[in-house]
Amino acid sequence: MENINIFIKAIFIDNMIFAYFLGMCSYLAVSKTVKTAIGLGAAVIFVLGVTVPVNYLLENYVLKAGALKWLSDDFANVDLSFLSFIMFIAVIASIVQLVEMTVEKFAPALYGALGIFLPLIAVNCSILGGALFMQEREYDSILQATSFGIGSGIGWLLAIVSIAAIREKIRYSNVPAPLKGLGITFIITGLMGIAFMSFMGIEL
Amino acid sequence: MSTTTAASKEGLFSAKNKKLITDPLNDSNPITVQVLGICSALAITVQLKQAFVMALSVIVVTAMANVIISLMRNMIPDRIRIIVQLVVVASLVILVDQVLKAYVYDVSKALSVFVGLIITNCIVMGRLEAFALGNKPLPSLIDGIGNGLGYGLILVIVAFFRELLGSGKLWGVQIIPDALYNAGYVNNGLMILPPMALITVGIIIWVQRSRNTKLIEK
Repeated sequence: MENINIFIKAIFIDNMIFAYFLGMCSYLAVSKTVKTAIGLGAAVIFVLGVTVPVNYLLENYVLKAGALKWLSDDFANVDLSFLSFIMFIAVIASIVQLVEMTVEKFAPALYGALGIFLPLIAVNCSILGGALFMQEREYDSILQATSFGIGSGIGWLLAIVSIAAIREKIRYSNVPAPLKGLGITFIITGLMGIAFMSFMGIEL
Repeated sequence: MSTTTAASKEGLFSAKNKKLITDPLNDSNPITVQVLGICSALAITVQLKQAFVMALSVIVVTAMANVIISLMRNMIPDRIRIIVQLVVVASLVILVDQVLKAYVYDVSKALSVFVGLIITNCIVMGRLEAFALGNKPLPSLIDGIGNGLGYGLILVIVAFFRELLGSGKLWGVQIIPDALYNAGYVNNGLMILPPMALITVGIIIWVQRSRNTKLIEK
């Protein structure tokens, strides 16, 4: 039950885009057509679903204060948490590289669809954000961390696909010249964020 | 020593270097024109103080990373440059994070994950890719400071309006007088919520582009 709760919360209430603005750069840059938006969104779900659990293990068995206790009692007082930024980003960058190579080898069709987006993802704030939120919220099990990761990814996909659909339509609307493009996208995202706030307080 | 400072001073105030500082403030503002680094820009603009600390951190990281990468630009193999950049930036961010934790603990707590997210802030990576890899350290330093300032400017403007209208305070000090509250004035609670940050930036872009028409998109 707790897992489903975390999952739903990550999609709707703590939505990466609407509540924390993570991954806005690619959200704005790649949301011109629905097709590319779906490709990038799928890649984000995939990478978040893999990196958050891996970083969870890293955090709990290497970085956290006392996490190295399993090695020997001598390490019980070691606190490596100041290294977490550099470790997380290293894990993300290498996993993205790995995922790219695996997908290219075993699923060429998927690679054709996701290919160009995968390298972009290493510097997508929502991936590192997912790892840092996981660290801050101290989930109990790896299962919870995974549901959080996949849920955040789905929330991100939802956001980018809906804005892409709106942007495809709005191209034919009469938007004031200075607001065209970037400005109106910001305002629409804000309005969508207000709509998403109606999910607040939902508990399963 | 004196000759080097004289030489660098001469370079520091040349027209080209001045342009590196002033351009990002308006014509090529990282947030409103280049669309970089919005990720972390908006979530921490509820209060002026947080925004100011965040802006300062980004200026330091951008400037330092630009200098370091520019010094190493001839040694970095092209294929692994992203990893090298990430390592340099991540180390700088760890430094900044530790300094914030030591001196302004409450702000550091409030910024939570967003200090760490400076690593993936597109401004830093973007400037490294676009400028530091092809220029000497001094112009890179100035470019870093300029872009950090352009980012900080938007952050502070957004935070100013959100804190003033949202909670009637600036820098934690109450600005709206009690008399006004007694007369029926109410804080706009919507301004504190995340979506209003987006709408505020949208309005800033609107104002900027109607004053500076060459930025309008077709």
